[in-house]
Amino acid sequence: MAIFEPLSMMGFLIVFPLVAALVLAVARNNMVRNVVVIASAVIIGLVSVVFAMTNMGAPWVLQEFSSTIVDGVCTVVSIIVAAVILAYGIRYKNVLATLLAIVQVVGSLIFEFMFAHGIHVEYGLYFDSLSLLMTLIIGVVGSGICVYALGYMEDFQAHEPEGAKDRRPTFFALMFIFLSAMYVIVFSNNLLWLFTGWEVTTLCSFLLIGYTKTDEAINNAFRQIIMNLAGGIGFLVALYVCAINLGTLDFLEFLALGVTAPTLVVLPVTALAFAGITKAAQMPFHTWLLGAMVAPTPTSALLHSSTMVKAGVFMLVKLAPVLLVCPIPATMVILVGGITFMLCSFLAISQTNAKRVLAYSTIANLGLITACAGVGTAEAVWAACLLILFHAVAKSLLFLCVGTAEHHIGSRNIEDMDLLFDRMPILARFMMLGIMCMFIAPFGMLLAKWATLVSFTETNQVALIIILGFGSAATFMFWGKWLGKLAGIAGQPKNVEKSVHLSEWMSMLLMVLLVIICCVALGAISQYMVEPYVHSVYTSGGRDLSSDNIMLSALCTILVIIALFPLARTGKGRQVPIYLAGVSRDNDSRLFQSSFSEPREATSRNWYMENVFGEKRVAPIGVVVCSLIIIAAFAVACVALVGIL
Amino acid sequence: MSFISMLLGTLAFTVLGPIIGCFLAGLDRKISARMQGRVGPPLLQPYYDVRKLFEKENVSVNSSESIYITCALIFALLAGGIFYSGGNLLFCVFIITLSSLFFIVAAYSSRSPYAEQGANRETLQVMAYEPMVLFMAVVFFMIAGSFDVSAIFGQEIPVIVWGWLAFLGLLFILTIKLRKSPFDLSYSHHAHQELVKGITTEMSGPTLAKVEIMHWVENVLFLGWIGMFFVWDNPLSIILAIVVVLAVYFLEIWIDNNFARVKWQAMLKSAWAVALVAGGINIAILAFL
Repeated sequence: MAIFEPLSMMGFLIVFPLVAALVLAVARNNMVRNVVVIASAVIIGLVSVVFAMTNMGAPWVLQEFSSTIVDGVCTVVSIIVAAVILAYGIRYKNVLATLLAIVQVVGSLIFEFMFAHGIHVEYGLYFDSLSLLMTLIIGVVGSGICVYALGYMEDFQAHEPEGAKDRRPTFFALMFIFLSAMYVIVFSNNLLWLFTGWEVTTLCSFLLIGYTKTDEAINNAFRQIIMNLAGGIGFLVALYVCAINLGTLDFLEFLALGVTAPTLVVLPVTALAFAGITKAAQMPFHTWLLGAMVAPTPTSALLHSSTMVKAGVFMLVKLAPVLLVCPIPATMVILVGGITFMLCSFLAISQTNAKRVLAYSTIANLGLITACAGVGTAEAVWAACLLILFHAVAKSLLFLCVGTAEHHIGSRNIEDMDLLFDRMPILARFMMLGIMCMFIAPFGMLLAKWATLVSFTETNQVALIIILGFGSAATFMFWGKWLGKLAGIAGQPKNVEKSVHLSEWMSMLLMVLLVIICCVALGAISQYMVEPYVHSVYTSGGRDLSSDNIMLSALCTILVIIALFPLARTGKGRQVPIYLAGVSRDNDSRLFQSSFSEPREATSRNWYMENVFGEKRVAPIGVVVCSLIIIAAFAVACVALVGIL
Repeated sequence: MSFISMLLGTLAFTVLGPIIGCFLAGLDRKISARMQGRVGPPLLQPYYDVRKLFEKENVSVNSSESIYITCALIFALLAGGIFYSGGNLLFCVFIITLSSLFFIVAAYSSRSPYAEQGANRETLQVMAYEPMVLFMAVVFFMIAGSFDVSAIFGQEIPVIVWGWLAFLGLLFILTIKLRKSPFDLSYSHHAHQELVKGITTEMSGPTLAKVEIMHWVENVLFLGWIGMFFVWDNPLSIILAIVVVLAVYFLEIWIDNNFARVKWQAMLKSAWAVALVAGGINIAILAFL
C-alpha cells in the first residue's frame, strides 16, 4: 500500500506536525488544544513506531526525491528564520545577533543562488537505522513531552499574574514545528534541506526560551541564538566548501568521499563538527543550555532529551566514520567532548538547583557522546547510539518529574525535595528510577558508558580513559546525593501529588515504561536498531558487551525496580524515632529536646563542595581550553585546505 | 563467562564468601588486639556478634531501610560471584558500586542527621576510589587482553609485572574500600573517631547483621582483586596469591592501627592524585610501549 511506503511516511512525519502546529497556533480554546495535541501526539508516535518497525534493520536507504519547490521552500524558510531573528535583534537592540543573522542570510542567499543552483541532488531524502532510532526518540519521547505540556502549561498559566496574555497557542505551535524540523534533520540527504531544518530548530528554541519575555529569558534566548548562529555559519562554511571544492550537496556522497579521501574534507568536516558542537552545547558553548532553564519545563525537556542537542550529536555520530580517518577534526571533537564531560560532571556537584544539575548532566553526557563520535570506531559509535537513546528517555523522565514537583512543592531546589518520598510517593519513585537509570549499573546508561570505556581502551585513548574515570566518579557523587535526598522518610507528611494533571501522569508513565523497556530489552535494541547501523557503516564490529552480561544486567534491573516500587516500604519490625542526641520530639522536622530541656531542630544539607567544584573555579578552565582547541583545529584545517588548493 | 556460571558462582560465593570473610574479620580483631597489647576476642567473635544481632528484636526507624540493605547485600554477593566465577571485572566493579549505592540510600532514608552525614561521606568515598578502580580494570584489560577475570589463567607472566604501578594505586584505595583508618570516614571500627556510628547510626538488629556480612563479603572480593595480580598459568601461583593477599591484609591492619582519620579533603585529593599518577602512567605505558 502506498501509505506504508517509506517516502510517504517520511513526508507525513515532516508535514503532519506542521499542520498540527498551524491548527494550534489559531486555536484559543483549551478543549480544542487538548484534543489536537493529544491526537497529533498519538498519531506522530504511532506513525514513528510503525515506520521504525516496518523498516527495522535497514541499511542506508536513499529515496529518489528532488523538487525545486522544496528547494524554494527551504530558501523562503531560511529568509523567514533570518527575518525573525533580525526583527528580535533590532527590537531588543542586540547588535551581535543582528550581525550574525545578516551574515547568515546573505551567506545563504548567495550560496543558494550562485552555487547550489547548479548542483542537483537526486536523492533528497534517506533513512538508515540511526535515523530510525532518532525517529522513535522524536516521535515517542518528543510527542510525549508535548502531551505533558498540556497540564503543565495550564498550571503555568495559573501561576502567571492576573491578566497576563495567554500565549499558549504560540507555545504549542512551536513545539510541533520543532518536531517537524527534527524529522527534516534526520531524513534529509540533501545538505541544504538539512541546513534548513537545523536553522529552524535554532529559531524555535530561541522563541521557546524567550517565551516568558522576562529580561532574563530574553537575555538567555539571545545567548542561545548567538551561539547557534555561529554554529550555523560553521555549517554554511561547510556547504560552501562542499559545493565549490567537492561539487556535491549529497550527504551520503560527502561521507563516502570523506572516508576515501579524508584530506579533501578536512575543513568541511571540521566546520560541520563545529556546528554539531555548538548545537550539542559543548564547552565553551555550554552556557546557552544552562540559560535555557528559564523556559517552562516542557521546553527544557524537549531541548534536552529528544530534540535540539540531539540534532548536534546526531550530526557528530553521522560524521564518525570520517572522523576515524581524519585526525584534525577528530582531535577537536574528542578533546572538546571529553573535557566537557569531565568538567560538567564536576560542576553538577556544586549545584542545588535541580534543573541546573540536569542541565550539567545533559551537557556532560553529550560530551561523552561527542567523544565517542570523535573516536569513530564501530564500538564507539555503538556506545554513542545507546547513550543517545538512554539519555533521551531517562532525561525526559527526570525533567517531567522535576517540573511537576516544582509546581507542587513550589521549588526546584534539591534541598526542598526533602521528604518527597512521602509527599509525592509515586513521583519520587519515578524520579529515583530516572536518576538510577542515568548513572548506575545495571541500567542502560551505565552499560553504554561501559561500552564507551571498552572502546576507549581498545583504541588506546589514554586521555579519554582518565577523563572518563574521574568524570564517572563525579557523576556518582551528584546523582547519589540527590537520590538520597529523595529517599528520606519520616512520619506521615501530607500527600500533595493528588492534584497532578492526568496528562502529566500519562507522559511520566510513558517515560517510565520506556526506561524499563529500554533497559530490559537492551540486547534486542542493540541487535535490531543499533548494530544494523554500525554494520551498514563499518561492515563489522559493534557491540563490546557479551550477551550474558547484558542478560544478567536485565535481571538486575528487574530486581532493582521491584525493590524500588512494590517492596520499598514493606520492611517489618517495630518503628522507633531516630537518634538526635536528646529526646526526639518530632521526626518530620527533626525536633528534639536538648540537654538544656529546650526544643532544638537538627538540620542537615547535602554536600555541594563549592570550594572544590564551584562554577567560578571549574568553568573558566573548560571555556579557555575548549576555545583554544577549536581555534587551533580551524587554523590547521584552513592550512590544510590551502595546501590542497 | 556464561550467565549460568555467573549465577552458580554467586550461589557458591553466597556460602563461602561470608565464611572466609568472617574468619578474616576475626583475624583482624585478634591481630589488632595484639598490636594494642591486648589478648583480643576469640577468632569466631565476629560470628557470635552477628548471630546475636540476628536474635535481637527487629527495630527500625522506617520500613524501607531493611529492604535497601538486603539489596545491598544481594548485589555484593552477586559482585563476588561474578568475580570468583571468572566473569567480567568491569561488571563486578559496577555491581559492587550498585551495592554501595543501596547502602548509601538506606542511610539517607533514615533522615537521621548522623546517618546522613555518614551517607554523604560514603558517597564521597565512592567518588574518591572509583577512578582508581576503573583504571585498575583498564590496566588489567590491557595486559590480559580481556576484562574476563578467567583470562589470568592463560597468562605466561602475572599481571603484576606490567601492572605494578596500578597495583600500588589499588593498595592505596584499598584502605578506603576496607574501611580502615585513616580513610574510614563513613563507618569506623574505632569508636573514638566516629560521629555516633556513622552511616550505620540508625541500623540495628538483623539489619546491622546484614551490613556486617556485607562488609565481610566486600573484604573477600577486594582481596580477590589483590590476588588477581599474582596469578598466571601456573596453578601453584594461587598459593603465591594467597600469601600476598594475607600480607596485604596484615599491612592494612597495621595501617588501621597506626593512623588517625583524615579530613575528607585530604582523602579526596590523595586518592585522586594517586589514581592520576599510578593509573594514568601505567595506562600510558601500556598504550604506548
